[in-house]
Amino acid sequence: MAVDEKMVARAAKLARIGLTSDEQAALVPELNNIFDWVSKLQDVDVEGVEQTISVVQSAPAWRDDNVTADNLQDVLMQNAPASAHGFFAVPKVVE
Amino acid sequence: MSNLTNLSITAMLSGLGAKDFSARELVQAHVDAVEGARTLNSFITETPEAALAAADAADKAYADGTSGKLAGIPLGIKDNLATKGDRLTAASNILGEFKPPYESFVTNQLKQAGASILGKLNLDEFAMGVSNESSAFGPVVSPWRANGSDDKLVPGGSSGGSAAAVAARIVAGALGTDTGGSIRQPAALSGIVGLKPSYGRCSRWGAVALASSLDHIGPMARTVEDCALLLEVMAGFDANDSTSLDLPVPEWTANLSPDLKGKRVGIPSEYRADGINPEVVAAWDKAADWLRDAGAEIVEISLPHTDAALAAYYVISSAEASSNLSRYDGIRFGLRVQPENGNLDDIYYATRKAGFGPDARRRVLFGTLVLTADFFESHYVRAQKVRTLVIQDFTKAFEACDLLLTPTAPNAAFPLGASASQTDAYLNDMFTIPTSLAGLPAISVPAATNAQGLPLGLQLIGKPLDEQSVLNAGLALQQAAGFDALPERWW
Repeated sequence: MAVDEKMVARAAKLARIGLTSDEQAALVPELNNIFDWVSKLQDVDVEGVEQTISVVQSAPAWRDDNVTADNLQDVLMQNAPASAHGFFAVPKVVE
Repeated sequence: MSNLTNLSITAMLSGLGAKDFSARELVQAHVDAVEGARTLNSFITETPEAALAAADAADKAYADGTSGKLAGIPLGIKDNLATKGDRLTAASNILGEFKPPYESFVTNQLKQAGASILGKLNLDEFAMGVSNESSAFGPVVSPWRANGSDDKLVPGGSSGGSAAAVAARIVAGALGTDTGGSIRQPAALSGIVGLKPSYGRCSRWGAVALASSLDHIGPMARTVEDCALLLEVMAGFDANDSTSLDLPVPEWTANLSPDLKGKRVGIPSEYRADGINPEVVAAWDKAADWLRDAGAEIVEISLPHTDAALAAYYVISSAEASSNLSRYDGIRFGLRVQPENGNLDDIYYATRKAGFGPDARRRVLFGTLVLTADFFESHYVRAQKVRTLVIQDFTKAFEACDLLLTPTAPNAAFPLGASASQTDAYLNDMFTIPTSLAGLPAISVPAATNAQGLPLGLQLIGKPLDEQSVLNAGLALQQAAGFDALPERWW
């Protein structure tokens, strides 16, 4: 299946990357080149093969649900692009 | 280039121990060298004050007899690893002026051992690339030049700043990260040693995630011994990384030996692909003879899914990258672009458009596409199954041998601006990607120079967790090759 402009627009929306329609159009051949290049995956017989999610075989360890960090509010807010009253500030989201 | 900056880490430690020079002198020489090499653009952030303070602490520790394993050793850190309070960029604009309030596990280990950190090293944006040209902070220039040429060459990537800084003798060693070859390929192109340990050996806590199931952290230095020592300090269990292996850290340095008696070294026939430079093939053949001389038996083996491995890697790494990079939303840290009268969604769109470079944007979009219903089964799930077949190839090969010997990259360093399309660039990682998919330990060791005087590296790949055999064979290769070429200073 080849990628078209509509699919690129949808992916850009899912990824929240603002693209003009010219930029979307330019990406169509670029992405189709990549899809052509990975098409060799279709030639491999994967019948009955399990997926590999991680090369680490053991199940992730459980840990106790304890608070281990100090109150980092001030420290974290120093990296916030906008903050107010100790919270991350964003445009109004509820009318 | 003073004598102090030319020493290996091992030699620096003996000199410091014998009081031939102080850590202050050693680190000051490197601070000066870093300053003198800014035209290479290998650093994004320099931290000379902290480096000198660590040197003074090291001198005190040597006087007290409390010095750690790396006391006073001047190192550089790839700028996708968090060091507390230092700007962290991953060579992307989207991280803005972010200063992490915490320290990555591996850099903490180095600091606890007394290392002196000279700063944060340049890389491809989010560690995606093979030439260090996609950095938002400009490309890194290799210290190497072809004989009789002034052309600027790439150091390789994505750990290009780390490779260039180690090769130019402005840091004694560096940390890199390797998702598909990003430690080993730049090490090969820059004439240094680069080691990717087994997946899970080094905690990824504090590393900027690209593709979590493939991201590895490892050392880059000028000798195999130095890489063994750095890994010994960096490795270990960390509860903050759910894939960190709870295993004791072996004494790789103490057990280093170039004797390969009884070892079987496999040569993968599929790696004799078209498009490999004949000089690389010649170095590869010669190295097989060297390892035979060191006592190893050379056997031909097969890795039938090599070709499909590259495609599987591209799909899996892009999918994981699209997911990992979704955290950059312009709200909590990093860059925010806020269109006038824009709503929350407008911030996301504008920030991520302005913050990601063209390569990162393409990879995120490709990764997003393969995770949509249209391509999920046909591409993502299929790639994960092909990954299983790639791993099975290695398992089967290791029934007939203990190690694999391959080229690291199909070519020597190429000129800045010469990278072709992104998928062509991936051919540069054709020998490193399958190992990454399987999480195996692998090292690149400089083996020869080509007719133009540029370094060529070879790769040794080991069984899971068998870093010792990889290091031992690397040492045998290093001793036989006697690689002592140096980039002539032009910067």
